[in-house]
Amino acid sequence: MDEPRYDEATKTYTTGHSYDGIEELNTPLPRWWLWSLYMTIVWAVIYSIAYPAWPLVSSATAGFLGYSTRGEVAQEIARVEAANAELNTLLANIDLTVLKDNEPLHQFAVSAGASVFANNCSQCHGSGAAGAVGYPNLLDDDWLWGGDIDAIAVTVRHGIRNEQDEDARYSEMPAFGDILEAEEITSVVAYVQSLSGLDHNAELVAQGSELFADNCSACHGETGMGDRTQGAPNLTDSVWLYGGSDAVLTDTITNARFGVMPPWSPRLTDAQINAVSAYVHQKGGGE
Amino acid sequence: MTSENTNPKKRRSFLERHAALERNGTLLMVASLLVVSVGGLVEIAPLFYLENTIEDVEGMRPYSPLELAGRDIYVREGCYVCHSQMIRPMRDEVERYGHYSLAAESQYDHPHQWGSKRTGPDVARVGGRYSDEWHVDHLNDPQSVVPESVMPKYAFLNDVKLDGEHIQALVETHRFVGVPYTEEMVEAAQKDFLAQSDPDADWDGLLDRYPGAQTRNFDGAEGVSEMDALVAYLQMLGTLVDFSTFTPDASR
Repeated sequence: MDEPRYDEATKTYTTGHSYDGIEELNTPLPRWWLWSLYMTIVWAVIYSIAYPAWPLVSSATAGFLGYSTRGEVAQEIARVEAANAELNTLLANIDLTVLKDNEPLHQFAVSAGASVFANNCSQCHGSGAAGAVGYPNLLDDDWLWGGDIDAIAVTVRHGIRNEQDEDARYSEMPAFGDILEAEEITSVVAYVQSLSGLDHNAELVAQGSELFADNCSACHGETGMGDRTQGAPNLTDSVWLYGGSDAVLTDTITNARFGVMPPWSPRLTDAQINAVSAYVHQKGGGE
Repeated sequence: MTSENTNPKKRRSFLERHAALERNGTLLMVASLLVVSVGGLVEIAPLFYLENTIEDVEGMRPYSPLELAGRDIYVREGCYVCHSQMIRPMRDEVERYGHYSLAAESQYDHPHQWGSKRTGPDVARVGGRYSDEWHVDHLNDPQSVVPESVMPKYAFLNDVKLDGEHIQALVETHRFVGVPYTEEMVEAAQKDFLAQSDPDADWDGLLDRYPGAQTRNFDGAEGVSEMDALVAYLQMLGTLVDFSTFTPDASR
């Protein structure tokens, strides 16, 4: 290491490094850069005083601006709630049967209901509400528990056959595998298929009809038209929740079905429940 | 700029002593380490002693043995790669998923399942949102219920039956890393594991030890399968904390 030397040509000192005679100038940092660095340090100090930062004994400093992430989200939610408060209050308290007469409110309900549906209902009923095997199609006019808007709202609020809500719609189909013989079930399958004009084994229909009257008609009705107070599906139409083939019907009768829908009152507000009911109701099948 | 500023003989101020660091590699490394550790000391270390790091909340309890096994399956299958368990404090997240996640809700997670990417939705509060049947259908074949989903199929979970042979060791291990399982919980681990999804079992002891545990046959099939365990875990997620008794501490 040599002593730093003043370099005439550049008017700068060298660092004193010399490699085979090649020297290194000690060029200072550009002033703008240096001052930017100092400013960031000053900024950091101010920032850490203004916002929550320094850990102390039992908690961190809160910062003199009083900011908190939680406070911000609470404020933001309150702001949006306040902006929609008027409509939501109206919607939460309205008699749903006359909602359609209030066109602006109905529109608001349907668009709000669309996002409630997409977030909460679409996973089972499909993003277009066409359902899936075991999850009812909400576009058609075949309703298990009723398709007027109040019935839909009750279903949304309390759900179906769940344990969380005491007012959930409830019914339980017995597993006929414990009650009927296998060949008896086969004949009931044939009879049920005959009700909606599906291909079936005609020889078994008479026996099936008798067994149906004894075992199934209490819920599904003597003619198989179903009973909405018990959520018993109409067996005479061509809509099948689980399928109408030999194998599926045999499985349905042998082991029964027990479709569950969670109650939504713990998660959704009254206004949201009414909104999503209006949305489902206007899908095409609403009564 | 004058050359005087850079004359090392004239200015030996504190700020210029970095020259010593720049000329000694080992010294530079040690000094860098010191500087970086300040960040850790200020940002990480206090979390271990500050009282408000994990708030006290009602309802949080160690996972039941079946839930714990389901959680292991969740980790094994890499669910965290596509699903987060962390609802951030922002309005859109809170409106979509529910109350933002609290530190207390992952205090018994070793390791936590916050995740860092959402190919699928957040599952921090998925419990109770869908029926057991939906979970089974969805894990068997996600596209059967959500046609637009890109999630792989997990139908093989039905085929692996569990007897809880190692569940006690698992519970003990979690106790070892700090989860407050009691001696009673450890001893009853296998019994509780087998009981939770058995409709004919006596659930009283299980419910005493794990209040609010959901007891039913989750997959609808006989015996305890990996499907039972995973669905039991999913149906518990986000349901433990009683938010009716929770007031957020504003200083967080």
